[in-house]
Amino acid sequence: MTRTASLCTASATGILALAVVGLVVGDFPVPAREALATAIWDRGSEFDFVVNSLRFPRVVVAVLAGICLAVSGALFQTLIDNPLVSPDIIGIDTGAAAMAVAVLALGLDTRLLPYAAFAGAVGTAGLIFVLSWRRGFSGGRLVLVGIGINALLTAVITYMLVRFPIERVSAAARWQAGTLSSSSWGDARTLAIGMALLVPAAFLLIRQLRVMQLGDDTAIALGVGLEPSRLTVIIVGCGLAATVVAVVGPLGFVALLVPHVARALAGAFSGGVLLLTALLGAVMLLSADLVAQRLFAPTVLPAGVVTAAMGGPYLLFVLRRFNRAA
Amino acid sequence: MQPDWVSGPKLRAERLFADYGGAPVVKDLTAEIPAGEITAIVGANASGKSTLLRALARLLRPSQGTVYLDGADICCLPTRSVATRVGLLSQSPRVPDGVLVEDLVRRGRYPHQRFFCTWSKTDDQAVERALNLTGLAELRGRAVDELSGGQRQRAWIAMALAQDAPMMLLDEPTTFLDIAHQVEMLDLLARLNRTENRTVVMVLHDLNQACRYASHIVALTSGRIEAAGRPSEVVTADLIQRVFGLKVSVVSCPVTRTPLCIPYRYIY
Repeated sequence: MTRTASLCTASATGILALAVVGLVVGDFPVPAREALATAIWDRGSEFDFVVNSLRFPRVVVAVLAGICLAVSGALFQTLIDNPLVSPDIIGIDTGAAAMAVAVLALGLDTRLLPYAAFAGAVGTAGLIFVLSWRRGFSGGRLVLVGIGINALLTAVITYMLVRFPIERVSAAARWQAGTLSSSSWGDARTLAIGMALLVPAAFLLIRQLRVMQLGDDTAIALGVGLEPSRLTVIIVGCGLAATVVAVVGPLGFVALLVPHVARALAGAFSGGVLLLTALLGAVMLLSADLVAQRLFAPTVLPAGVVTAAMGGPYLLFVLRRFNRAA
Repeated sequence: MQPDWVSGPKLRAERLFADYGGAPVVKDLTAEIPAGEITAIVGANASGKSTLLRALARLLRPSQGTVYLDGADICCLPTRSVATRVGLLSQSPRVPDGVLVEDLVRRGRYPHQRFFCTWSKTDDQAVERALNLTGLAELRGRAVDELSGGQRQRAWIAMALAQDAPMMLLDEPTTFLDIAHQVEMLDLLARLNRTENRTVVMVLHDLNQACRYASHIVALTSGRIEAAGRPSEVVTADLIQRVFGLKVSVVSCPVTRTPLCIPYRYIY
């Protein structure tokens, strides 16, 4: 078995193990055997509500969101050939957050929230793309425009948070941290649909991306239609990020870090590495969510706080290595 | 057995103008690349050598005029169909983080792969051949960014060979190489031309290397062709004076009998 295949197997096993832990642990004590039985075959048990309505959807949402975020990050980093790029860095998440905060701050129907967040993410992606287009497309320009837009939207959010009544904006602040604690089966379904459409699309783009990595000239010479391919990669990457942010809120660092770890473990971009990236994304988010739930139990942290706490130090470590290499 | 592209693809530029959004760099240039030969494009800095090569490789859309590949406008042909006929070694290709030699060479098979088809036996054979021709078979498992400059350049040649295009365009393939690796690189290209009948078009800085390896020379001054033809016929002291503004004495190379330019002192 190749190295990548064994790493994928290990990650898949890790996902299963973490999922079982996610079903078993929690504020309400459920014996491990009972928890598994309830989740898989014994629907009528006394723990049905705790396991099947609270814990199981949360575990599934963590797995699906982790996969989507990691794949999205891998697409952006490969396309732009910069390991420090991800949808949350270039403002996609902030765009979603701005719309979501607007919904909460203005006191609109909270059922609108996921749709508004999705629209915010897609709108921001479109804006970045239009503003960075000048006689073609450059990855560097896209990142700079994205960082600018990110700063601008952050200012808009801050304005709304200070401008509107505190009881409304406190919900907004909580949403912004990215949390899985209220995940429902409906959330899992939304994510599953997004994933079923976009992750296969990402896998179909691997061949082009592997050639585009060799530089624009080489990619054209090898017969890649650069602009359409780039546009497709960006649409798929943004779509994945937008779906996640609409369902669970902005979860930083998963998209940024997981592709890194996968590359460091398994080497240059390929189908196997993308699969490993997806699986590791699920591992990271599942474990982050478990830590968020149990670290200061019964106080539950938003998962986004934990991913940032895991991600920050790793990012510094990567930057250090980067500086040494340069 | 002769490959079926023995005659080679025909590449021709007609009344070509090209620019980067400013003044034209290539001006009203008409040239034909002889199939099955080695063509060297030479000229002073900023004379439009690389721009011409970029236009020939459809990396740059001409502002006027046309590049014809086998009689059709290269910009109107499906890009994959061009890719199966013309390969390119760009001047500054990017090495993805941690990519291995074999992985890099396999990426050269892109134009031959169809949407849902998996890796085929033909792909495998092409990769093996490219690795063997460039002497990289033993280094296939090494990371490209750990190779020496010469080996790395050979890895890129192998990638272009795996593309299996009968014509190869190379933009200064010897830059950053020491003299031994320069000769190694050019000998490899000469061998590919001789044994596989591949058409080679390259931008070269070193005039004497161009005379030694090319059978056809295109000399440019400020975007126009100053002379084109066999080195022994066109390379004269007068031409070098006009192209480079340098006074030279042209002698016959004692090793290869090709023209050898020996500069006098530069006059300020």
